[in-house]
Amino acid sequence: MSDQIKHHLTDALLMAYSAGTLPEAFNLVIATHVSMCDACRAAVESYDAVGGALLAETETVVVSPEALASTLALIRAAENTPPVAPPPPADVPRPLADYIGGSLSQVAWRSVGMGVKQAVLDTSDEATARLLFIPAGAAMPDHGHNGIEMTLVLRGAFFDEDARFGPGDIEVATEVDQHTPVADIGEDCICLAVTDAPLKFRGWLPRLAQPFLGI
Amino acid sequence: MDEKNVPGHDPIPDQGRKRGMLNELHISEAGDIPPKTAFYAARGHVAPGNENSRRKPMTRATQTDDWVSHVTRIRDHKDEAAFAALFAHFAPRVKSFLMRSGGDAAMAEECTQEVMATLWQKAHLFDPARASVSTWVFTVARNKKIDVLRRQRRPEPEDLAWGPEAEPDQADVVALQQETEQLGEALAELPAKQRDLIEKAYFSDMSHSEIAEATGLPLGTIKSRIRLALDRLRHTMRRRQ
Repeated sequence: MSDQIKHHLTDALLMAYSAGTLPEAFNLVIATHVSMCDACRAAVESYDAVGGALLAETETVVVSPEALASTLALIRAAENTPPVAPPPPADVPRPLADYIGGSLSQVAWRSVGMGVKQAVLDTSDEATARLLFIPAGAAMPDHGHNGIEMTLVLRGAFFDEDARFGPGDIEVATEVDQHTPVADIGEDCICLAVTDAPLKFRGWLPRLAQPFLGI
Repeated sequence: MDEKNVPGHDPIPDQGRKRGMLNELHISEAGDIPPKTAFYAARGHVAPGNENSRRKPMTRATQTDDWVSHVTRIRDHKDEAAFAALFAHFAPRVKSFLMRSGGDAAMAEECTQEVMATLWQKAHLFDPARASVSTWVFTVARNKKIDVLRRQRRPEPEDLAWGPEAEPDQADVVALQQETEQLGEALAELPAKQRDLIEKAYFSDMSHSEIAEATGLPLGTIKSRIRLALDRLRHTMRRRQ
């Protein structure tokens, strides 16, 4: 899949993911995309290496004289912990699977009208992560967002202007972007969409869109 | 490579020696460079055409590679002496990182111990063809910061599916460690203002737009490292599948 991914994360988001300063919902969509995309995985590992280089050169703070003994005690105490059971099989990348019980079939969808469904995932409230189900050929619900919005395709595809976003592709839009994503006619589209401000649907009825015949 | 046959290697330190380590622990700085192993000394770690970057006999890469052997000893032999050395070097840096990220001293002390315990427990997951030990320590400390300071889960990318016998190839390990050294040198040589911005991006809670400013810098070395990392990742994947 990796070679087919055409739309990637920005350097700023990748660095912030590595630095660990983003809201949980952002981390979720980034970790899911990176699971599917070798190029962004390499970039994250490189930004991690920047963090490692900074840590290697940072000033030191003295730890308590008992610190090593306490740490070894922690290690011994944990040795008898039973191994964690392997996670259930998943049909989406592991970071997302951990939020939905393993499978898209287990998602508790709520209809928002015209066949469009959504499920808000449980993350910290600085940002919102939701799964969106858009029937083939339909437009995403008309919505506004104040900050940044990231939309990762899991199934199917959508078009935005002239660009096609297929599985693994991620669209990063800011408030200045005018965009009207429309699901590809061939297949229902399932996306993971993340916004850093609560997303507000302008109406409960999404617009009907012309099928993209001939594109 | 066979770590077990390294001369002078003592996989199971006795109790007395362990106590000795404890006493030295809080004196960290100068004496904490680990001894070279036979393997790394033999390889010499100088790639063709790369001699110019070896300015000092004890470079970052030499240290980093030796930390790799320490982690291997912890993984294979539960070697407490190797762990004590790793602890003496990295615990004061992890604590510093956690305090600069907004933790108070008591919390940073406690979390540092948890981070170091995690390194022991996850030693089998460390892949020296993908990260230096410093990088690995950073990622564990960062996740602890998110967990404790920000009280959030940290979604991590799914592991790559290597083959069943996926031991890292030494050539990949050497290539990664050399790239890491070059990155460290490049960061050290940045103008103070730029270096400062990058440090703030990692060591304090910077907003997205501030990070955007940091990544907008002419960070040629980081960008070219990303290209190198991608090439190396693809190469490693082909090798291990």
